[in-house]
Amino acid sequence: MEAISLFKEFQRGYSDRTPRLTKIIDVFLLYVLLTGVLEFVYCAIVGTFPFNSFLAGFISTVGTFVLGVCLRLQVSPANHFKNISKERAFFDFIFANVVLHLTVFNFLG
Amino acid sequence: MTTRGAKLPFGLPRFSEDKQELLLRILILALIYILAFAQRLYSVLRYESVIHEFDPYFNFRSTKYLVDEGIYNFLNWFDDASWYPLGRIVGGTIYPGLMFTAAIVYWVLNALNITVNIRNVCVLLAPWFASNTAIVTYFLTKEVKNTGAGLLAAALIAIVPGYISRSVAGSFDNEGIAIFTLLLTYYLWVKSVNTGSLYWSAWCVLGYFYMVSAWGGYIFIINLIALYTFVLLVTGRYSSRLYVAYCTYYVLGTLISMQISFVGFQAVQSSEHMSAFGVFGLLQLHGALNWMRAHLSPDSYRKFFQLSLLLISAAGAVALAVATATGYVSPWTGRFYSMLDPTYAKEHIPIIASVSEHQPTTWASYFFDLHILTFLFPVGLYYCFNKLTDANIFIICYGITAVYFSGVMVRLMLVLAPVACVLGAIALSSTLETYTRYIKPGSRTPKAAQVDFPIQKEVSYVMLAGVAVLLIFYTLHCTWVTSEAYSSPSIVLAAKQQDGSRLIFDDFREAYRWLNFNTKDDARIMSWWDYGYQISAMGNRTILVDNNTWNNSHIAQVGKAMASSEENAYAIMRELDVDYVLVIFGGLTGYASDDINKFLWMVRIAGSTDPNIREADYFTKQGEFRIDAEGSPVLLNSLMYKLCFYRFGEVYTDHGKPPGFDRVRNVEIGNKDFKLNYVDEVYTSQHWLVRIYKVRDLENRG
Repeated sequence: MEAISLFKEFQRGYSDRTPRLTKIIDVFLLYVLLTGVLEFVYCAIVGTFPFNSFLAGFISTVGTFVLGVCLRLQVSPANHFKNISKERAFFDFIFANVVLHLTVFNFLG
Repeated sequence: MTTRGAKLPFGLPRFSEDKQELLLRILILALIYILAFAQRLYSVLRYESVIHEFDPYFNFRSTKYLVDEGIYNFLNWFDDASWYPLGRIVGGTIYPGLMFTAAIVYWVLNALNITVNIRNVCVLLAPWFASNTAIVTYFLTKEVKNTGAGLLAAALIAIVPGYISRSVAGSFDNEGIAIFTLLLTYYLWVKSVNTGSLYWSAWCVLGYFYMVSAWGGYIFIINLIALYTFVLLVTGRYSSRLYVAYCTYYVLGTLISMQISFVGFQAVQSSEHMSAFGVFGLLQLHGALNWMRAHLSPDSYRKFFQLSLLLISAAGAVALAVATATGYVSPWTGRFYSMLDPTYAKEHIPIIASVSEHQPTTWASYFFDLHILTFLFPVGLYYCFNKLTDANIFIICYGITAVYFSGVMVRLMLVLAPVACVLGAIALSSTLETYTRYIKPGSRTPKAAQVDFPIQKEVSYVMLAGVAVLLIFYTLHCTWVTSEAYSSPSIVLAAKQQDGSRLIFDDFREAYRWLNFNTKDDARIMSWWDYGYQISAMGNRTILVDNNTWNNSHIAQVGKAMASSEENAYAIMRELDVDYVLVIFGGLTGYASDDINKFLWMVRIAGSTDPNIREADYFTKQGEFRIDAEGSPVLLNSLMYKLCFYRFGEVYTDHGKPPGFDRVRNVEIGNKDFKLNYVDEVYTSQHWLVRIYKVRDLENRG
């Protein structure tokens, strides 16, 4: 009961206070999170045989999630990064994603 | 802006003060670059451009293979010429960074039509990387303190003996580039924590990849960064910059470190990486809770916090218990466990304990390798604590952990040297700053910060002179140490004769060349593991055991053969298909690192797998290790003794001493004039340093 009321309060506060750009990023993050959970469940069911492929896929989701969170921290209005403009934050995000995904492709096998 | 610029000749325009400072800095760094390279060239100038030591010969051989056969063949290389019946999967058991670096330098230079020999590239790679290390140290210290300290740190690390010992010209070993990549990763890490930018974090990951490819010590990096993040969390210095830097580094770094075959899946399975994972989880929790706090009222947040804490600690405990119980997360390997508990290796794993570089460090070594930095280190720590910033805390963590680990193993002095230079530079730079402000007219510090005391200027001059004297002594010491202690190739020995001329002992290369020309191509050589790499690289023959020491029981077989009587040893050698046996003997020349001095380690390692070999049998009844007439008969009849001292009983080594006087143990040997029944002597080098015997075939009649 407590948990549900907490959740409702959180939901209200969230939709009031977060700007649209941040909400878009959040939806993307939720999608990546679900993909990651799905991959983990699949691995638990089917087994880890090509372990490198599982790791590549799973770390790809974790990495994208983490990088998305970092981007969100840098572009949301209450940001602490006074010296990074939105454009620069996005470029950094792309650069880090390129490094991540090139490694993922190498590891997929 | 351009008020007090210097007047240059020929009417060239004046420089502003900022530009002057920049020019000065660039000049100083250029000089430091050249100095770091030049300081390491003693052995090349005195002897020749040759690879030193034992381990580098394997790296050299691998680099030659890479350059000759290409990248894919190198990564898939199965070496059947070492570890005789077993072979070695080289592609998956090395850190390829060093070989690739040397190969890339070689390819680039040859593409520019500068035709350098691969041997010269290998010999001179470490000094070049030492120059690069000095530059990276400048940048790191600049991030932590300021440019003045940076220049000083670069100058200190260019000549510090602790680093020179593993990066002289000719020492083609992993540490030569590993220290460069270590400092590069740390610089990029500090930069990414300071700026909180994903761009720098991504570069930190790429630097970390280079580090993982270069050295097994990358475990230190990932654990130090995890420890540092934990310290920041606990001391209340959490910030979004830290979150960005660490999460990017951990996730991308773990993935990218698994691209090296030797690391493989250890990055997610071994206990040594678990602390980084734990800190990652903690950081996510902290970030998530912070985010929730912004959207809930304080009361509801408190309830939420308690609920989630309960759930998460329960889930974490269950997961850890399951993982350890099912063995999914392996316990700490012996090599790293012996760093936490230094006595572990001596009792349980004699082969780790026997390596000379794994011995605990003495106080004298600290002063020898660091000189003034030994006492400037705590001063630097004080200045860091005085003005705590995120970057300072990192240097403090690095310094303290480095001091602990350097006390466990001599080899890890290498990891302490850079941070000692950084802290020493911070100490000296702060001291100089304090006193130069009284000398410099129109200084920029506010009047309130200056402390008035009598004879200000005179005291400042005295302090400046003191610092200058310290640094001059440091330079003298470093140059002397490099010249005398760390520049000997150890594959070529030199001694001074009575009339002052130098006598060169080139026996090792002479013997390996003899092997190369006088034995059949698939001959198998048995020797102690120390010489394996050299025999492979220079003699180009198949060997039984080498410095990789990956198979303890195979080495124990060789040790058993050396420690048994000639007849028992013959049986073991026939089993192992040995054609030739090679021993190193120093009794004629006084060379102290010969096989008789290493013999007890052979006995211990053999005894660790075969209980019939007891160390006590090789001592006298009083418990002494003697090779004269009082020595234990088991020792005097062992194969190693016989191979070393065959025909030595007829040799006069010193005036007034009986024949067969061993110049290392300083006794007359006990068992002279014996015949060998199962081996034949085929080669003894000029100064009897290397002796090679052929194993006889079976008798014709049964």
